[in-house]
Amino acid sequence: MLHTFVAYVEDLPGVLTRVASLFRRLNININSLTVGRSERPGLSRLTLVCEASAEAGHRIQASLFKLENVVDVDDIAHAPAVTRELALIKVAVTPQSRSQIFDLVEVFRARIVDLTSESLMIEMTGVESKIEGLIEVLREDEGRILEICRSGKMTMRRGHHVSSVLRAMGAGEEAEASNGGAAREEGLPSTIE
Amino acid sequence: MATKEGSNAHLNTPTRLTGAEIMWATLTGEGVDTVFGYPGGAILPAYDALRKFPIRHVLVRHEQSAAHMADGYARASGKVGVAIATSGPGATNLITGIATAMLDSIPMVCITGNVSSKILGTDAFQEVDITGITLPVTKHNFLVTKSEDVAQALRHAFQIARSGRPGPVLVDITKDAQQGTAIFDFEAAKPKPYRPHPMLSVKDTALGEAAELIRNAKKPVILAGHGVIESGAMEQVRTLAERAQIPVALTLLGLGGFPASHPLNLGMMGMHGEAWVNHAIQEADLLIACGMRFDDRVTGKLTDYALKAKKIHIEIDPSEINKNVKVDVALIGDLRQVLEDLLPRVGGRDGAAWLKTIDASKGAVAVRDIKNLPDSGHLYAAHVMHDLWRITGGNAIVVTDVGQHQMWEAQYYHHEHPRTLVTSGGLGTMGFALPAAIGAKFGSPGKDVWVVAGDGGFQMTAAELATIVQEKIKINIAIINNGYLGMVRQWQEFFYEKNYQSTPLVSPDFVKLADAHGIPGCAVRTRAEVAEAVEQARTTNGPFLLNFMVEKEDSVYPMIPAGSALHEMLRRPGHRAKDPLEETAGE
Ligand SMILES: Cc1ncc(C[n+]2csc(CCOP(=O)(O)OP(=O)(O)O)c2C)c(N)n1
Ligand SMILES: [Mg+2]
Repeated sequence: MLHTFVAYVEDLPGVLTRVASLFRRLNININSLTVGRSERPGLSRLTLVCEASAEAGHRIQASLFKLENVVDVDDIAHAPAVTRELALIKVAVTPQSRSQIFDLVEVFRARIVDLTSESLMIEMTGVESKIEGLIEVLREDEGRILEICRSGKMTMRRGHHVSSVLRAMGAGEEAEASNGGAAREEGLPSTIE
Repeated sequence: MATKEGSNAHLNTPTRLTGAEIMWATLTGEGVDTVFGYPGGAILPAYDALRKFPIRHVLVRHEQSAAHMADGYARASGKVGVAIATSGPGATNLITGIATAMLDSIPMVCITGNVSSKILGTDAFQEVDITGITLPVTKHNFLVTKSEDVAQALRHAFQIARSGRPGPVLVDITKDAQQGTAIFDFEAAKPKPYRPHPMLSVKDTALGEAAELIRNAKKPVILAGHGVIESGAMEQVRTLAERAQIPVALTLLGLGGFPASHPLNLGMMGMHGEAWVNHAIQEADLLIACGMRFDDRVTGKLTDYALKAKKIHIEIDPSEINKNVKVDVALIGDLRQVLEDLLPRVGGRDGAAWLKTIDASKGAVAVRDIKNLPDSGHLYAAHVMHDLWRITGGNAIVVTDVGQHQMWEAQYYHHEHPRTLVTSGGLGTMGFALPAAIGAKFGSPGKDVWVVAGDGGFQMTAAELATIVQEKIKINIAIINNGYLGMVRQWQEFFYEKNYQSTPLVSPDFVKLADAHGIPGCAVRTRAEVAEAVEQARTTNGPFLLNFMVEKEDSVYPMIPAGSALHEMLRRPGHRAKDPLEETAGE
């Protein structure tokens, strides 16, 4: 099955190697990995998607936690979450084909972010299937797509959710406040299914 | 600047020191008094500063040995061992020793020098990316490029090495970081409190379930591993065993964690465990795994492992839970603490029937035990181990190498106390024994230390004989000389039609080799001579080497072939015949 892990890691040289190396060690291919700054100073947030057996989730999460630079790991296997990907697509255009692309971009709720006489760049945000849909249609004309750049998936749980680890560390910005929402059930299994 | 006499003053008052001085000062602050190392260009500033600090440096003959010594020191003492090497080849030589410590969860800090930070990454002379190389075989590692970071990195390294599930940590310090100066403030360099693994979990309900399983079990077995010793849970395991009358089987690294002489001690489990131990596990209806990780050498074929048993797993590393064996109740935490929490819920149990069943299966085996057989004129390693155990009263620290002799040691030397067996279990590193024994002697100077090594493995690190002499320490060395890479020969005998490819081994005369180092020794050829020789070695002032010329083609029994189930064991051939030795004594 497809696993999605969201992790907070220290923003230091070599940390990504440690994370990646763990998956290499387990012979698990990383399908997508995005990293960027988080709401917490000194901590990066990453979303990592990989294919592994259903039981592997626990061991991967436990192993990630064993890395000294990893602060928090959330296994978003079945939790309701929002997942998005960003794609930049550069296509070749002629004065004739241009308006056709404009229509397409409209239908897919994408945007044109660069335009020259021979090419234009489309920016699109959405779920994977939507981006793939646009790419598929663009591919109908052979040689039209010049470049594709995709960010990989970014995931965030829905609802007011703070992990027990992050909560123990205190608020990132002013997050904390009330803990009224559906906080993760501490994520600490006693017997691991 | 620090002086040898007033060397602890700077621990209290922040002082400006060089990075090299900060390194030693921090080690002193962490309680280190002995390190094992080998100098070279990139670590020279550190060596230059050593004279000002009350730390004994043991000069090794190969950096692999430095790591093994630090490891042996840690295993014998329970403290963090420290190894030091220069950049490049010095650093890469450490790797086997680091991996050995990693696989056996040994707390160790390795310090390497590296080229100056300005030329890092340029393939400068003797530059290797040692933090990159050691990433998968360390618990963590640090690259330090500034003098002001030295103390913090080292203190953090010690904390990581000894916290949670222990392991080796490497700190790579560039030459300019050693040469530059910074304010040394030991207190300020203290790391934040160690973050326990967030998935530790000892729920009340789980404790209750575990107690319930124990209460209802008819055929329970405790599986005691290295964690018993690492967490210091000997008393707690014993209380559990005695109160609920549960027999205890041990892993190789668990030996010593439960007294061998205890009536509830079954002995070692797994590939070369005694038949009754593995049978008990296969027949059990409850396994209580304490600080062990169901290694493949212990379980045999997983799909046939202890199928009738419910399993309770008490373990500090959450990533070990359900890794090899699915368990019914997981208590994820420090073993000692978990048992303290569990014990109040465990009451007395009548275990007599189950213990009687196990005992019955022991009797038959004792008859065919090689050590109970009449002297055939041949010298067997089992005899040597048995006499060594008798004469040392089971009180020595025995440091083994890897191979047949290692298993015979585990079978015939009965360990009463923790930290009296030092052996490479997880990685199975040949060449471990001699250097690890040197480390063990420094870690536990009051104890007799015995090396038990094969003729093959001994030659891998035999150069450390010179270290023993230079350091003037007393180590006893027993070489189990069978003229073969015995354990591999055994596999060839069983599984490769006796095709002894590359396993016959020519060795130097080990007694003469010892003599060349100024170490006395003698060869032993018959069973009758063993006891006296051991006694002579033991009572000789200074090191002594015994070359035991044992039966060449003896094998370790019982044996569970890799990939077979625990009950599918190979027994000593002819064990039903009149003379069980017939077939192995041979030519
Ligand atoms: C460094 C290393 N290389 C190879 C092996 C594989 N191996 C395991 S046991 C063994 C034979 C050991 O021979 P010896 O030291 O003579 O001990 P014996 O088995 O004869 O008691 C070998 C080669 C190993 N464990 N470690
Ligand atoms: Mg041999």
